[in-house]
Amino acid sequence: MPKKQINASYAPVVDKRTAKIPVAKNCLKAFFIGGLICMLGEILKNFFIDLGMQEETAVSSYLVVIIGITAFFTAIGKYDNAGQFAGAGLAVPISGFANSVSSSMLEYRSEGFVLGMAANAFKLAGCVIVWGSVSAFILACIDLILEVVL
Amino acid sequence: MLIYAFLVGGAICVVGQLLMNVCKLDPAHTMCVLVVSGTVLSFFGIYQDLVEFAGAGATTPISSFGNALLEGAREGMRENGFIGILSGLLKNVSAGIGAAVVFGFFAAVFFKPKG
Repeated sequence: MPKKQINASYAPVVDKRTAKIPVAKNCLKAFFIGGLICMLGEILKNFFIDLGMQEETAVSSYLVVIIGITAFFTAIGKYDNAGQFAGAGLAVPISGFANSVSSSMLEYRSEGFVLGMAANAFKLAGCVIVWGSVSAFILACIDLILEVVL
Repeated sequence: MLIYAFLVGGAICVVGQLLMNVCKLDPAHTMCVLVVSGTVLSFFGIYQDLVEFAGAGATTPISSFGNALLEGAREGMRENGFIGILSGLLKNVSAGIGAAVVFGFFAAVFFKPKG
């Protein structure tokens, strides 16, 4: 039998045997945890504004605080369990970005500080930066062309 | 504002969870989809409205990364034309990337990986 056919005949078996994902439950967890993080961010932002910061600086500052907290919890090994439980609730906010950088740096540290830790820092975060940059570049170019033409 | 931040931030996380569970994307693809949607929403001016409405609810999720990239690129474009797109692109996100790298570095230097 050709390989494709074998794969096709296995598909229903695989489907039946894979554990069902509790989508509704996961979404509920993601909603509450993600919402709470954003609320914490809003509180921190207001705190920084009260200290006399500009809105933009306050936004950067509270993001940096969340990134710092995430890096710390990743370093002491407490992030993994929480991340497993929260799913997208922790992965989608900026904490997921910070965790992807610090966890790959921790993981590859044993392969050396240059070729291990530093070289693998953007293993996961890189896809966000590359795809975000390229799409933003293309859209900004469209803007520029529209501005010149119109 | 706090309650809007909670609702909008939570909703964006649910979108991410649905992409993972229903569309069977791995986390990396989910993040890319969210960032690219962030840039597209920002292109049409929708994300800026969302930020105004929900504050940190819109600026904390990774989709705001896309918004910040395009905002920076546009700002640079207005000042310096084409080369400004490139020089402004990462301006708004450099605090986040810088913090992630520096904190990650110290985390990796001072702590041993667990598990």
